[in-house]
Amino acid sequence: MAVAGKIDVLSRSDLQRFFDILGSKGYRIVGPSVRDGSVMWETIQFVSDLPSGWRDHQEPGRYRLEQTGSRDIFGVVHGPQSLKPFAFAPREPLLQIERCKEGFTARPTLPQQRKVAVIGARACDLAGLAIQDQVFLQSEYHDPYYATRREGLFIIAVNCTRALQTCFCASMDTGPRAKNGFDLVLTEVDDQLLVEAGSEAGADLLSDLALSPASQKVISEAAACVDACAQSQIRRVDRTGLPQALYDAHEHPRWDDVAARCLACANCTMVCPTCFCHKVEEIPDLSRQNAEHARLWDSCFTQEHGYIHGKNLRPTITDRYRMWMTHKFASWIDQFGTSGCVGCGRCITWCPVGIDLTEELSSLLASSSRSHA
Amino acid sequence: MHEDKLIKMANPYLIQAATIMEKIQEADDIYTYRLRLNNEDARRNFRFTAGQFNMVYLFGVGEVAISIVSDPDKPEHLDHTIRSVGRVTSAIAQLQAGEALGIRGPFGQGWPLDVARGQEIIIATGGLGCAPVVGAIEYVFRRRRHYGSVKIIHGVKTPRDLLFHGRFEAWSTQPDTEVLLASDRPDKTWRYHIGVVTELFERVSIDPAKTVVFMCGPEIMMRLGVPILMRRGIPATAIYVSLERHMECGIGLCGHCQMGPYFLCKDGPVMRYDRVEPWLGRTGV
Repeated sequence: MAVAGKIDVLSRSDLQRFFDILGSKGYRIVGPSVRDGSVMWETIQFVSDLPSGWRDHQEPGRYRLEQTGSRDIFGVVHGPQSLKPFAFAPREPLLQIERCKEGFTARPTLPQQRKVAVIGARACDLAGLAIQDQVFLQSEYHDPYYATRREGLFIIAVNCTRALQTCFCASMDTGPRAKNGFDLVLTEVDDQLLVEAGSEAGADLLSDLALSPASQKVISEAAACVDACAQSQIRRVDRTGLPQALYDAHEHPRWDDVAARCLACANCTMVCPTCFCHKVEEIPDLSRQNAEHARLWDSCFTQEHGYIHGKNLRPTITDRYRMWMTHKFASWIDQFGTSGCVGCGRCITWCPVGIDLTEELSSLLASSSRSHA
Repeated sequence: MHEDKLIKMANPYLIQAATIMEKIQEADDIYTYRLRLNNEDARRNFRFTAGQFNMVYLFGVGEVAISIVSDPDKPEHLDHTIRSVGRVTSAIAQLQAGEALGIRGPFGQGWPLDVARGQEIIIATGGLGCAPVVGAIEYVFRRRRHYGSVKIIHGVKTPRDLLFHGRFEAWSTQPDTEVLLASDRPDKTWRYHIGVVTELFERVSIDPAKTVVFMCGPEIMMRLGVPILMRRGIPATAIYVSLERHMECGIGLCGHCQMGPYFLCKDGPVMRYDRVEPWLGRTGV
């Protein structure tokens, strides 16, 4: 077994050997792949399937890929998907229900446990997954569907050495360095990959590769690159006074201001690594003898989310944007002891009108402390 | 809330089939369904406290959160009083005795009958809000000497909206018990208070130092009624309200029932008033 904290050099051919080992152990390997002008998680087999030379540029309401011609494998920071869909499936069949003489019988339809190795997760994604673990596995009720998918995950994280314009993980204390929640972590520096184990399973697999240790010089250089990435982030969130400061801003005029721009399209909640709202649907077949009972991602931006017998508690976009942001930055802290935001910036990029929640939050907090002093 | 709790490992989504033993019409669009779980083990192991709710399921249609009306001392049958207002409840209204519904539960926090022990109890309800307290009232009367005086205050719009008429009559004959009813749109037959229910909050005799209040009904009644009781000396910490929000899971995961920091399906539906006071009446919460 590899020594904890030991950092090795992983060449491209080593990485391919590593993929082959994962494959032979029954893992489906999933990595970022260029698709439709973005990167999505796709099943891969070869190092050459990774988006070599590509870089992403993200701004409020804008995502662009650029081919730089460099040899970097992990030049793209992230696409719209976090790790969320791997454990909290966008649509999860819960029960298969069959009519019978006495009424019906319901049978749980737990997902088949599959071994999935994800390569390319970022520190913000790990933080998001840790929050989802807390919601689905450490509340009063243990979610067996989430647990089954989660158990099969093997995570190969990548430390960030380049910040996007939309990144603010440094101010949320979630990145850009992956601290825990991974099996292996890579750092790409000067055409080289450094690798370190974060779990026993990761260390076991590494020992099969018999890698050579990285030099102190390159280790220091890699650490400096990650530190510089943190320093270069232009967005930040000041969490002083949260959660109460945001509760106190309930009547702030800024909510109407942002609601006038927000389309309530729900994109922010779909790309968010932590949003867990879901609804349940019942789909009977044509014979009406069988029904599938499934849950699917929902969003607090929809009309139906706040519906209760004949009225909608959150009829306006003002109500819904406030619900979402207050949950992320205030009530989440009361519910789970952490912020519901990990600073990945996806909601800023994928907002079709480019609403920047860091800007909204600072406006809400700056003047609320004056008017509510 | 994030304190340490025992994590329940059984599949919380599994629905148990139940049979409608009786369907009792309570008002034009309100029926009580007396359900019996089909599976003997499930039936024998089912325990609930007054004020908790079940997710009631109809095949091919879906689930809806409904409080359990019946006596927690008799968990072998489970009464649910349902008004047809939405997609699921309207479909349930078409069913007859002998047909099947499903049950998932019980969920949530019920009435604090332990806190109320040795105290006087005011039960203040409006409209269909009288349903979630029935089990608590039955529980108290079964242990009458452990509780002080009981005042049951209930308001309806019109006399036709008064459910459980026989029960109110029976409760009024219990020792040290007062039943006060109000209707703001009465007819000639109405022999109780005329006006809104909160007017009765002004009149009822109260010993504020040893009173616990259980309140359930429209939020407007809570917002107007609780300040009256507090002005009369009952502390916010002695007032409990049962709140209602959209619920799809019942286990604090689907996100719909949030009220400020609370998931009303697991932190509620019964909440101590001082905890929810900042959120009641806030727009969009």
